[in-house]
Amino acid sequence: MVATPFTPIASLLGGALIGLSAVLLMWTMGRIAGVSGIAARLFPPYEDRELAGRLAFVAGLIVAPVLVRLVTGSLPAQTIAAGTPLLMVAGLLTGFGSVWGSGCTSGHGVCGLSRLSVRSLVATMTFMAAGMATVFVMRHWS
Amino acid sequence: MTVLIQFGIGMVFGLGLIVSGMSNPAKVLNFLDVGGIPAGTWDASLAFVMAGAVVVTFIGFRRVLKLARPVLADRFYVPVRKDIDPRIIAGPAIFGIGWGLVGFCPGPALTALGFGSASAFIFVAAMCAGMVLARFIAQLPSATRIATPGEPLET
Repeated sequence: MVATPFTPIASLLGGALIGLSAVLLMWTMGRIAGVSGIAARLFPPYEDRELAGRLAFVAGLIVAPVLVRLVTGSLPAQTIAAGTPLLMVAGLLTGFGSVWGSGCTSGHGVCGLSRLSVRSLVATMTFMAAGMATVFVMRHWS
Repeated sequence: MTVLIQFGIGMVFGLGLIVSGMSNPAKVLNFLDVGGIPAGTWDASLAFVMAGAVVVTFIGFRRVLKLARPVLADRFYVPVRKDIDPRIIAGPAIFGIGWGLVGFCPGPALTALGFGSASAFIFVAAMCAGMVLARFIAQLPSATRIATPGEPLET
């Protein structure tokens, strides 16, 4: 494992930006900023006419680091230790589970908790516990 | 115009992920690693990401949802379901395992594409396959019989 420094100020600021984004999307488009819901609806079947907006939101997510690199000349550390098979399994589980449970960290963890939704609280506690249990098994059981 | 605005809003989200450190899977895994608390390797930063995001969203949503309608849409699309069905536990449990294996949830994984990461590309391709599969299974007649359909607006 790679040690990472504790960054409370930057994390709080970054979190506030994520919150700002969620508020802006609700204020302008009336939509929940849930990344799994937005990403899943890039694929058929299409239930409404919001595809272009969803594509634009995802494009913004992807362009953000490009902008950071242009402005600051560098990007913060990003360490991905997993190999290809693990990436594929984890990606499948992440995509399937987030859609099956109607949301991920953003839709349930940020927007849902902020709306005091009981479903989102249950979902958030479940994926937190499952994530912690998985890391525990991966790091401390082998 | 609305498309451009959503591009900008997505970019603010992505900047938040980068500034907060959530775009780094190692940091996410070190947060989820409560077993690392005795050794001092636990990274509590992500609790601060959640706190910052929830406080701003809580205050912002309270103000925004008092309006008659959003600025650029006909109405607010806010989830209404309150029941706890098997899917609201099974889905997040499956997602949490995937999250704990690599350290990517959907937002940071997409933002990682802009880092030029080949690993992120593999993860996102598999993630999209998983999403399409979940939507396909959810709409099968047998699935709607055993499980109530997911809240379409929740995400």
